[in-house]
Amino acid sequence: MTFNPAALLLLILGLALIGWLAGRARSAMLAGRTGTKLHSRPQYHGWYVALWLFAPAAIFLAVWTSVSPALITNEVLTSEAAKDLPAFGFERGAILSDARGVAQGRQAAVRLPAAAPLVRPYAEATREYAWIGIAAMLALGLAGGLYAFTRIRPDFRARTRVERIVMGVLLLASLVAILTTFGIVLSLLFESIRFFRLVPATELLFGTNWNPQSGAPQPGTFGGIPLFWGTVLIGAIIAMIVAIPIGMMTAVYLTQYAAPTVRKWVKPCLEILAGVPTVVYGYFAALTVAPALREFAVMLGIPNASTESALAAGIVMGVMIIPFVSSMADDSINAVPQAMRDGSLALGATPNETIRQVLIPAALPGVMGGILLAVSRAIGETMIVVMAAGLSANLTANPFASVTTVTAQIVKLLTGDQEFDSAKTLAAFALGLVLFLVTLLLNIVALRVVKKYREAYE
Amino acid sequence: MTQDDLIIADPKMRAEGVDVFYGEKQAIKDVSIDVGTDLVTAFIGPSGCGKSTFLRSLNRMNDTVASARVTGRIELDGEDIYAPSMDVVQLRARVGMVFQKPNPFPKSIYDNVAYGSRIHGLAANKADLDVIVERALTRAGLWDEVKDRLNESGTALSGGQQQRLCIARAIAVDPEVILMDEPCSALDPIATAKIEELIHELRGKYAIVIVTHNMQQAARVSQRTAFFHLGTLVEYGKTTDIFTNPKQERTKDYITGRYG
Repeated sequence: MTFNPAALLLLILGLALIGWLAGRARSAMLAGRTGTKLHSRPQYHGWYVALWLFAPAAIFLAVWTSVSPALITNEVLTSEAAKDLPAFGFERGAILSDARGVAQGRQAAVRLPAAAPLVRPYAEATREYAWIGIAAMLALGLAGGLYAFTRIRPDFRARTRVERIVMGVLLLASLVAILTTFGIVLSLLFESIRFFRLVPATELLFGTNWNPQSGAPQPGTFGGIPLFWGTVLIGAIIAMIVAIPIGMMTAVYLTQYAAPTVRKWVKPCLEILAGVPTVVYGYFAALTVAPALREFAVMLGIPNASTESALAAGIVMGVMIIPFVSSMADDSINAVPQAMRDGSLALGATPNETIRQVLIPAALPGVMGGILLAVSRAIGETMIVVMAAGLSANLTANPFASVTTVTAQIVKLLTGDQEFDSAKTLAAFALGLVLFLVTLLLNIVALRVVKKYREAYE
Repeated sequence: MTQDDLIIADPKMRAEGVDVFYGEKQAIKDVSIDVGTDLVTAFIGPSGCGKSTFLRSLNRMNDTVASARVTGRIELDGEDIYAPSMDVVQLRARVGMVFQKPNPFPKSIYDNVAYGSRIHGLAANKADLDVIVERALTRAGLWDEVKDRLNESGTALSGGQQQRLCIARAIAVDPEVILMDEPCSALDPIATAKIEELIHELRGKYAIVIVTHNMQQAARVSQRTAFFHLGTLVEYGKTTDIFTNPKQERTKDYITGRYG
């Protein structure tokens, strides 16, 4: 007998179904016998019983699944056979895990001889705790179900209760994302604080030399400016020079000129473009665009043109961002009231004049919000820059030179075998924190701008 | 045909046998009407009777609706406005329009009024443009209220001021006809009274066509009234005749409040 959470979950689901049927039947019967009208329909009584049965049992199951292995091991350690175990460390853990594997049927025989005497105590403890767990779970579930069952009366407000429980479940679901964000921020923050104990924050933010080495932190090698510049050059300058005009023109064409059939085809194509994995864009940038640009640069006689260039990464990133910009601009232009368009046309303005002088200025705040969101996406983008922009931290305005970005450096710092307490590795977290704060700020500003603009027309 | 040919001596616009379709649905059936040069003409009728649709076909604003189709003949000074040779942009400069809801552009008051003039290149320089803006705002009765804040946004004005700004905007391009599509329906009584006063003052300078739900308004501001019902023109005549001595039973029922 092992404690199998999946099977037990099925078991309590089955019991909950029985509870549902029983609750429904009882409420209907009570109503029939007393002749009064039910406050809630019978299904709600059923749900009430089922939830009271399921929730305590399921919560207990979750808790028990996570704590029982530790309890079992504790039990084994108090047995006679555990006296010969080594006191600490790796070996002790390995022996225990070996014995547990055999006792719970995951492996046929022990690999470590020292584990053999522990198999029996393990098996016994496992069985014992499985019984305790199953019994407690069933007791809790049945107690809950019974409690709910006895409360069923024609005037019992089961619907209100069930709806309240459902609301609680929805609330919990929405909290998951928020709590995860907090967790991420906290973990970044703690690692970053460790980094800033070794290297001053001013050096990371204002230093101009980036050349982190393993071992003890060398002063003057953690200057983040070349990375920040590279990020801005690729994500906020080159990519936007590509994405903003093309995205805007796409949106203007689609909203104002395109026939419905054209729009029906072009819009999904753009959406597909937005769904291409960034690693594919990375290949495209590294294998197609970058070499072509290098040829071009050599032809122009530009010195130190590299196969890894800011321009290649930026252009491809810009293409990646086009659907983003165009769909935001599309929404904003569509949100400008038709009355505004009619007003301009009725004055004898051409559609073109109407777009340039009325629609785009009116849509501009929304478009700006979209552009800020696009920038925030571009500077957080990783794959394209890792593959196409290079890893050398140059502080240069030459778009044909190789530059690096914050995200590319984070990848470089964290890949491979790394000890997680050197300044070099911790620097990745500090960079991540900077990136997170900047994109967070951009998103907040962008959302405020968009919101303010939406209100203006409602 | 109930139209008395004598009532319009000097038509600015003429419609003959006009049908308007939205897709399969016919919104206007065989409407023929003359609009006088120095007169205010009111279109009245219950909701959905097609009066706004017909108004919008007079400056081809129905062109912006993909499914709309207009047949028959509509003339401006004897010229067919649906002829291929007619430039719709120039037509709309000659036949201006004021909408039901005030729709100033999100620009300054000055730029709102100057918009049409700039587009059509009516002003040679800034001084000319200043003159045009001042004249239009004065005619629209708004100059005294806004002359000190021409750089403020047009959307910051009150509803009635916004509507007068839209009228000023239409006047500024010096049109020959001004179409007004229920211009007071979104305004309070005081703002409405100001607009009506303004229509009185503009009469004679422009041919004005006003669509209204408000029969008292039609009686107050117009010299000619056309009663539309279910897409047809039921009766057209002098406003006083329509309101005091309608020839058609349907007109009589409507103006006495039997339906509508």
